[in-house]
Amino acid sequence: MSSAHESIQTPTWHSICKLDEIPRSGGRTVNAGALSIALFRLTDDSVKAIENRCPHKNGPLVEGVISGGDVLCPLHNWRVNLDSGEVAAPESGCVTRFPVKIEDGQVFLSL
Amino acid sequence: MKKKLVMIGNGMAGVRAIEEILKANPDMFDITIFGAEKYPNYNRIMLSPVLAGDTTIEDIILNEEQWYADNNITLHMGKRITEIQRGHKKIIADDGTEAEYDNLIIATGSNPFIIPVPGHDKEGVMAFRDIDDCDAMFAAAKKYKKAAVIGGGLLGLEAAKGLLHLGMEATVIHDQATLMNMQLDTPAGEMLRADLEGQGMQFKVSTLTTEVTGGDRVEGLKFKDGSTLDCDLLIMAVGIRPNMALAEECGIYCNRGIVVNDYMQTITDPAIYSVGECAEHRGVAYGLVAPLFEQAKTLAYMITGQGLKSYEGSVVSTKLKIAGVDVFSAGDFMGTPGADIIELMDKVGGVYKKIVLEDDRIKGVVMFGDTADGPTFFQWMQDAKDVSELRSTLLFSASGLGDSGHSGIDQASAMADDTIVCGCNGVTKKDVVDAIVKEGLTTRKEVTACTKAAGSCGGCAGLIDQILVSTLGTAFVESEHEPICGCTDLNHEQVKEQIKTKKLTMVREVMNVLDWKEEGCQVCRPALNYYIGMIWPADSEDDRTSRIANEKMHANIQKDGTYSVIPRVYGGDTDADTLIRMGEVAKKYDIKTIKITGGQRIGLYGVKKDDLAAVWSDLDMPCGYAYGKALRTVKTCVGSEWCRFGTQDSTSLGIHLEKELDRIWFPAKVKLAVSGCPRNCAEATIKDFGIIGVDGGWEIQTGGNGGVHVVATELLCLVETAEEVEQIAKAYLQHYRETGRHNERCAPWQQRVGLDSIKALVVDDLESRKALADRLQVYLDGQARDPWLERIADEAALPEKKIFNEYRTIEIKEIN
Repeated sequence: MSSAHESIQTPTWHSICKLDEIPRSGGRTVNAGALSIALFRLTDDSVKAIENRCPHKNGPLVEGVISGGDVLCPLHNWRVNLDSGEVAAPESGCVTRFPVKIEDGQVFLSL
Repeated sequence: MKKKLVMIGNGMAGVRAIEEILKANPDMFDITIFGAEKYPNYNRIMLSPVLAGDTTIEDIILNEEQWYADNNITLHMGKRITEIQRGHKKIIADDGTEAEYDNLIIATGSNPFIIPVPGHDKEGVMAFRDIDDCDAMFAAAKKYKKAAVIGGGLLGLEAAKGLLHLGMEATVIHDQATLMNMQLDTPAGEMLRADLEGQGMQFKVSTLTTEVTGGDRVEGLKFKDGSTLDCDLLIMAVGIRPNMALAEECGIYCNRGIVVNDYMQTITDPAIYSVGECAEHRGVAYGLVAPLFEQAKTLAYMITGQGLKSYEGSVVSTKLKIAGVDVFSAGDFMGTPGADIIELMDKVGGVYKKIVLEDDRIKGVVMFGDTADGPTFFQWMQDAKDVSELRSTLLFSASGLGDSGHSGIDQASAMADDTIVCGCNGVTKKDVVDAIVKEGLTTRKEVTACTKAAGSCGGCAGLIDQILVSTLGTAFVESEHEPICGCTDLNHEQVKEQIKTKKLTMVREVMNVLDWKEEGCQVCRPALNYYIGMIWPADSEDDRTSRIANEKMHANIQKDGTYSVIPRVYGGDTDADTLIRMGEVAKKYDIKTIKITGGQRIGLYGVKKDDLAAVWSDLDMPCGYAYGKALRTVKTCVGSEWCRFGTQDSTSLGIHLEKELDRIWFPAKVKLAVSGCPRNCAEATIKDFGIIGVDGGWEIQTGGNGGVHVVATELLCLVETAEEVEQIAKAYLQHYRETGRHNERCAPWQQRVGLDSIKALVVDDLESRKALADRLQVYLDGQARDPWLERIADEAALPEKKIFNEYRTIEIKEIN
């Protein structure tokens, strides 16, 4: 659904922070101009990046509790999947995902 | 290699047991099910509504064939098992199919009893038990006109009603004088009879059938008094007999049914279990659905090796499922001679209610016409609730009785279909009822998953339970024992016990050791974090990632993603310098809204996340915990220092208590109030812990609530000194911390645990009072610390020492 952002061109990687600077099972906010991105570090040390805005009422997803591969919006508990960006039923909607890579403990993000 | 589990029987109780087993451990068994009927599992209790035309057979199928396939269950429909070979651990079906087992479940249900009078085997004589019977009755109604039903019990009346609906004449023959005499007393039975006669049903009571007459097909009945009745269809509905022949033949001990222990194992062979109507537990073979579901759950616990649960028998209630006729009965409704009975009889209005009491507790209840309070009374009966104070108004609607509003279990049956039950998600009563009936739901959790009702604020949870009860026709409420969430099968108490005995001090550790199904969710992770901190105050660390946003950020997230900051104003008592400082901070950080909160404090609203630490630092005030499951405010009136009515110095006591109880996490938020005189300006009687100054001492009121459900406090005790108030407050709140379930406020906790038991531990027994207060002190000395100070210190630390990284936003400057 978010294929618009997964362009064919070589992505430009932005160096963000060290992996250790994201709390495990927690998140950090990354701002790029007007765009706010939620960066999550899961228990297996993988990092996911999605738009920091719940499709419901614009809740800051970065503050949500991570549950499995989902994050629960702190405002009304909508459940957003970190891999697909999709909102779990019975609600519906989706958020933009962003590619992430980790090299030598450094986290990079492509916008 | 998986173990092989085979089940004989494909009915409600058995399949429920399989569902529970799959829920507990989906990969443990290879499952095979044999069913004698040619249908998948259907809701047998809904056969009467099918016959009466209120629903259809398709609608009462509980598990479609696809369900069996989805769960890798081998299903043999229409195959009757003829032999169990316990020595070889295998079973053989009538068509020769064999299946080996490691564990076997016998769930063969029951057979209808056919009275062996001469002529009982004629064509047109049948029972009312399964879909085939239903079909036969549909067919008969097309050809024949006159039906007779032997048996004036629940099933007989429902069958007769169905036959009337199909256009037949229906006469019910009953051997007793009173209809439904197992469930109703004489007045209620009379009223029921009059009502059903009004619907066209005919009766012959106190009548014994001696012969079924006719040629090949039934043509009539002869009775003991010499009279006769013409009929061309005869339904026998005189009870059921546990179907235990198969078990008996292979040497399993049977009495009235297949005898099982408290874990639903047959007492003869531990590899063989039995559940449902065929099983006899502690001398009772149940014929209603609710106990069978409890049995199913117990069986699943045992067979999947959790072994923590034993079945101790059930108390049952009955509701007749005939549209427009409301009958409810439970317990010992007759009462022994000389019993304490309250009755109400309104012949014109068609309402009869009778409650049998013993020692101010409800022992039994029978109701006709207005049964709205039936489930409430049934609940009170099971809880052994003391109703002495309610007795004068008991029969005039329990919903008018003060505290019952909290659990909401008395309003649902009186509600119209389109009434909104769940205000958060806009779910109507009809939505809930439809979901229960169509999806075969039996628990509140399932209802929530299906309809979202009670999924948000939870204020309607009690109502959902009530709708479940009134819809299913039996008081099936199991929320007490429900697991914490879908990630585990353990309930709150079991998890606490495990954390204690296994000395688990980290959330992740608990989930590993106790076999959590997933990585935890927003329900269980905060609960585990709380329990660990409560049980191991000195040996555990708070797990920030297991806290919801508010408690993680130590501020309240607002709808636009900014935060509110509310510092402590102990006892609502402030001074000029503090106010000036707050004003300056508000200006410096461009805080638009400054509001006096409902709890006598000052809130700064619209603080940006990145400003939080600086705001706290500049305020130089303690954190007010206005966001957390912690002590919120201690509301006070001005008291004897200023007020001309004041009898006690409420402000000083309030300030002292707030300072003493600050920085503690609780199962849910806690609010206190101290009023200086009985005028109670601080509204102490709707607080978790309220104190009211009286001449010569203090009155302590507990378990109140001013939120979704208003609950007035109950009087805990009267004490003379402020020191006693402090110690009792600490003991009460520590007792709540230890036995409260996460997210359970004081009010429902107090109702659940009982004021008397609380009083014994925190007031009467001085040793336990002191021990509780001391344990709270251990926590205060250990984990309790001001979160804002911690954060400010972290902000000042060197970058590599910083641990609160989630507070800091990263900015990407160059964007192409």
